[in-house]
Amino acid sequence: MHQLWLIPALPLAGFLVNGLFGRKLPKSAVNAAAIGSVILSFLWVVKTLLALGPLETPYIERYFTWIQSGLVNVGFDLSIDRLTAVMLLIVTGIGGLIHIYAAGYMAHEGGYYRFFAYLNLFMFFMLVLVLAANFLLLFVGWEGVGLCSYLLIGFYFLKKSAGDAGKKAFVVNRIGDFGFSLAMFLIMAGFGSLDFQTVFAKAGAAGNGVAPATITLICLLLLLGAAGKSAQVPLYVWLPDAMEGPTPVSALIHAATMVTAGVYMVSRSAPLFNQSPAALEVVSYVGLITAVMAATIGLTQYDIKKVFAYSTVSQLGYMFLALGSGAYAAGIFHVMTHAFFKALLFLGAGSVIHALEGEQDLRMMGGLRKKIPVTFTVLVCAAVAIAGVPPFSGYHSKDAILLAAHAHHPWMYWVGVATAGMTAFYVFRAIFLCFFGTYRGTAHAHESPLVMTGPLMVLAALSLGGGYIHIPEYLEPIFGAVHGEHDQTLVAISVAAGVAGIAIAWLFYVVSPGLPDGLARIFSGPYKLLYNKYFVDEAYDAAIVHPIRDGSTAVLWKGVDAGFIDGAVNGVGSVARAVGGGLRNLQSGYIRRYAAWVVLGGVVLVAVVGFWGGVK
Amino acid sequence: MPAQVPLSWYLILSAVLFATGAAGFLLRRNIITVFMCIELMLNAVNLSFVTFSHKFGKVDGHIFSFFVMVVAAAEAAVGLAIILTVFKNRATLEVDEISSMKL
Repeated sequence: MHQLWLIPALPLAGFLVNGLFGRKLPKSAVNAAAIGSVILSFLWVVKTLLALGPLETPYIERYFTWIQSGLVNVGFDLSIDRLTAVMLLIVTGIGGLIHIYAAGYMAHEGGYYRFFAYLNLFMFFMLVLVLAANFLLLFVGWEGVGLCSYLLIGFYFLKKSAGDAGKKAFVVNRIGDFGFSLAMFLIMAGFGSLDFQTVFAKAGAAGNGVAPATITLICLLLLLGAAGKSAQVPLYVWLPDAMEGPTPVSALIHAATMVTAGVYMVSRSAPLFNQSPAALEVVSYVGLITAVMAATIGLTQYDIKKVFAYSTVSQLGYMFLALGSGAYAAGIFHVMTHAFFKALLFLGAGSVIHALEGEQDLRMMGGLRKKIPVTFTVLVCAAVAIAGVPPFSGYHSKDAILLAAHAHHPWMYWVGVATAGMTAFYVFRAIFLCFFGTYRGTAHAHESPLVMTGPLMVLAALSLGGGYIHIPEYLEPIFGAVHGEHDQTLVAISVAAGVAGIAIAWLFYVVSPGLPDGLARIFSGPYKLLYNKYFVDEAYDAAIVHPIRDGSTAVLWKGVDAGFIDGAVNGVGSVARAVGGGLRNLQSGYIRRYAAWVVLGGVVLVAVVGFWGGVK
Repeated sequence: MPAQVPLSWYLILSAVLFATGAAGFLLRRNIITVFMCIELMLNAVNLSFVTFSHKFGKVDGHIFSFFVMVVAAAEAAVGLAIILTVFKNRATLEVDEISSMKL
């Protein structure tokens, strides 16, 4: 026994300490509980992995039967294999760094203990998600991280926009979770179990008695769940709004870990997806559309966090493109490198925002290179990594994806290359607008403290060198050998696209800053379309939100509730009142009238007894 | 045995007395008269009890009529006390003017 349960249990303990007693504890104790628990969890992961050795087959710990009902038998089982190992290191490692950073970033905020309690709770659920050995336990983590995401997006709950963004994230995720639940029902019906090993062994075996159409349906429903959690078309709309949360949350949950849960889930279900080429095809299309759409929107945004949010959506699209092309290992590789450089981009952006006392608009920045040199340096490291400049981390994982896409459909490679160029352009656009030119804002900029810049430097090192961690080779026992030759021409083209993107950004925002505005005027139609994010939110409002709200108001509220339910209750009351009003006339207060009633009653009684021989 | 008075005569007398009492109760407004009508009805019932007791040769009816008399005496004492109090407070013996016992 390697006590896998300790890995999620440690952050849970941190959550309990801060959640129950955090209000009364001093800040140092809150920090110790929150950061200490995550660091201990990370160390326990490292210790376990060292003890388990090469880990070519999954190691499973079965604790107890959780649900036993008829044929349904679900255990509380945790398993660890190479895929889980990668995810565990990302979640606890990056999570630990972001916890440390948050101690500096949140130092002056109210609800300090509450923030760290939620963050620890998130770590707990995320670790349950990646350690789960069956679909239902994975779903527990899946729902839990969704809850924490909601709580943390709405952390500044006095701001209406933050509360709205939290609700939006929650509701949109419900749609995905609905698909995930249906997929689990179908898996239970088809395979008779929810345990990964049992299901995947049956799915891989020939003549497993499950119709191919059912497997395709399961995969498409799982994809719907993944699209909700990992912000894919058409459910990506919640992620840009989720930037209302504190920046460490954007980095940890909405860039590095939680949003990659969908990628993890699809990779975990690879034996199912491999049985259904049609579903894989849908996955690759969803990924490609998401990547292009989000990248084009990212070109025109001015909120520094929104730029990176659309970048996250776009990069997640890349990962789904990899999954859809059958290159699961490349997808997970990109999950890891993306976790490095995107966490760094967000934390760096947070450091800029912190330096400018809350300013997020790129138009109010500029010339900060000299004032906050550390932040500038690490952000450039992240930018060259995401732009795919060799030999930094993004270059390795993005090329793995693009080569896989080329093997899948050559045209997808070309669209992917164009997107890579746009990615490089919008990231460097943000960098140039923020750090070059002259300062356009009013706040007095100051460099962040070491507690914030320390994690940034670690992440910068990982962003630069992370590509040399050979994830695809490490994952071979799970996903099979990496196929396809390493075509140097294709690699060169994608690198050229990235460099071209950087060059155009340099031209637009450093050399001749008037150029982009001129272009925006010439192409005002497309520019407005992109600036307003393709009007997707407006379309959803018109097509879904307004009909539901109007229908609820007119039919459910005015009709069913006020008309029928209230009407029935009030009707009973008024009938009783009317009957009582009639009967009240009997109670006149005149003795002789009472006597008359008594006599009348007596006469009736005598009549009944006398003429009809009593009441039958 | 001399010619007996038929049973029905007693019962008719009892019914007449009861009806008179009931009618008086309903129609008269003087509270003393109403009170006397109650006594009349009670005694009409007593007459029926005694009649049937004689007819069936059982003593139950006699015992019941004694009970009725006892209750009637007690009721008379309480009732007259109430009437006196009402008269002291309201200076009237009209039953229709004493109608405050309603909602």
